[in-house]
Amino acid sequence: MAKVANHNAEYDPVFGDYVALLKPRVMSLVVFTAFVGLMAAPVRLHPVEAFCAILFIAIGGGASGSLNMWWDADIDAIMRRTKSRPIPSGRTSPDAALGLGVALSGLSVLMLGLAANWHAAAWLAFTIFFYAVIYTIWLKRATPQNIVIGGAAGAFPPLIGWVAATGSVSIEAVLMFALIFMWTPPHFWALALFMRSDYDDADVPMLTVTHGRPATRRHILAYAVLQAALAIGLAFTSIGGLIYLTVALICNTIVLKDALRIWRRDEQASEADNFKVERSFFKFSLLYLFVHFLAILAEALLAPYGLGGWS
Amino acid sequence: MSFRVETDMHRRRRSQNLGVAICLVLFIGLVTVLSLVKITNTGPVEGYDHAPRSSVTKEASQ
Repeated sequence: MAKVANHNAEYDPVFGDYVALLKPRVMSLVVFTAFVGLMAAPVRLHPVEAFCAILFIAIGGGASGSLNMWWDADIDAIMRRTKSRPIPSGRTSPDAALGLGVALSGLSVLMLGLAANWHAAAWLAFTIFFYAVIYTIWLKRATPQNIVIGGAAGAFPPLIGWVAATGSVSIEAVLMFALIFMWTPPHFWALALFMRSDYDDADVPMLTVTHGRPATRRHILAYAVLQAALAIGLAFTSIGGLIYLTVALICNTIVLKDALRIWRRDEQASEADNFKVERSFFKFSLLYLFVHFLAILAEALLAPYGLGGWS
Repeated sequence: MSFRVETDMHRRRRSQNLGVAICLVLFIGLVTVLSLVKITNTGPVEGYDHAPRSSVTKEASQ
């Protein structure tokens, strides 16, 4: 980690600066997917236990975000997208981010173990370690596959939610993990195609830089195909159903169509319309994940009324 | 007239202190409610009180 010198010791952070260290936008995705994982599980937790489980999974996610900001403060200061974060903008010190991240990691794992079970707590501890150490410290700056590895960390929350309810991992939990895992790389590679200067300036080895932009386009298509297979496969498990299958078929048709267009285009065509297709792929992929998990949630909530699932 | 001059530093520290205080109160409340739920959802517990327990005596097992 490179030292960031612009922290003003006399400038006390407000409480919101500490909240910003936890990456609240990422936390909202963690809360949503963990909630769906927990609700889709065949075992129901007491509402208070379920609330605590979701809260501490989210705090664990936030803690890993704070550790990520501590380590990446030097490159965050270079990239336009991240330069207003609390550490590069001088609102908090790197030490505060480290302290907050370590303290909340311990607290969240301990409390998830007490509120739900120790199996779920172990998965949360592994997720924090995976994101903060394996991804952020070891691999992000070393390999162009950084997005693939980082995507795995973001894919764990629904699995942890499922384990918090059932106490064990099952095929449904693994498929929910795999869906987010496959979704992440094409989402960020599409972003890298039209926001290229940010990653180049920070010397982060993005696939666009190390393997070239045509290779990135091929990767987006390959991952979109795998993602479609997984998303549709999930429909035929115990958490799928007609609603989910319909959503998966519509969304994956759109994604595959856009991925094909991205693969066929060259740089000239993309620059001519200011990366219209790449931008549209990126925007739709945000909706894609939300809608898939919403459909899983709908299946779970409608099942007691005989409307969800395949039965 | 107040002798203390309110500075931006005071405002920021008050925001920090208030935020931490609210988080602590909410955390204590949450642990209390969680404990109550865990205790009430647990079945009858037979403690080790140095007295013969009916469930482990020979008569009960027969």
